[in-house]
Amino acid sequence: MPRIAGVDIPAQKRVDIALRYIYGVGPTRALEILKKAEIDPATRANKLTEEEVSRIAGIIENDFIVEGQLRRQIAQNISRLREIRCYRGLRHMKGLPVRGQRTRTNARTRKGPKKTVAGKKGVKEMHRG
Amino acid sequence: MTRSLKKGPYVDEVLYRRVQLNKESGNRAPLRTWSRACTIVPEFVGQNFEIHNGKTFHKLYVTENMVGHKLGEFAPTRTFRAHTARSSRPVA
Repeated sequence: MPRIAGVDIPAQKRVDIALRYIYGVGPTRALEILKKAEIDPATRANKLTEEEVSRIAGIIENDFIVEGQLRRQIAQNISRLREIRCYRGLRHMKGLPVRGQRTRTNARTRKGPKKTVAGKKGVKEMHRG
Repeated sequence: MTRSLKKGPYVDEVLYRRVQLNKESGNRAPLRTWSRACTIVPEFVGQNFEIHNGKTFHKLYVTENMVGHKLGEFAPTRTFRAHTARSSRPVA
């Protein structure tokens, strides 16, 4: 199993798919990397030669921020927003949607599982039915 | 939608002039403003503002990190009223 960008060990899939197991590499970047490395995206990850693997690793290291470094960068951006106490920072602190989405309904990704409140409109009818 | 780059950032002209005046005279008094849509430019760093939130003025000391944001982002317009704690309610 080839090892690229630290801990990531993509499986015996096509390289263009396997590369996506790296945090920070999606469909577009995977193809971009392979084009630059001049490797056929259809080859299986385990069929890559040592030299090809190191070529891919080199490109990722030079051109992209991936994995831990990327995660750190994102966390830093968010903590900056929190520190200056701007609107977006406050939304992050409260765990509510940041980009102006509605919160009357939905927004479950940010707010987590439903917390039913007794007496709220609709609750009674639900229990009767 | 993002503002056209051609126009450059929106900076309230009157406010900008007041900042310059404040800097020249070394005046440290906060600038009261309603111009929430005004972008914070590097010249504003180190100045005190009082930004209207629709009701009161919200104090703000501008730091370097805030450049590029709008003044309004720092003066919340909504007050969140939390629900009363569950335990204090009798069971119906």
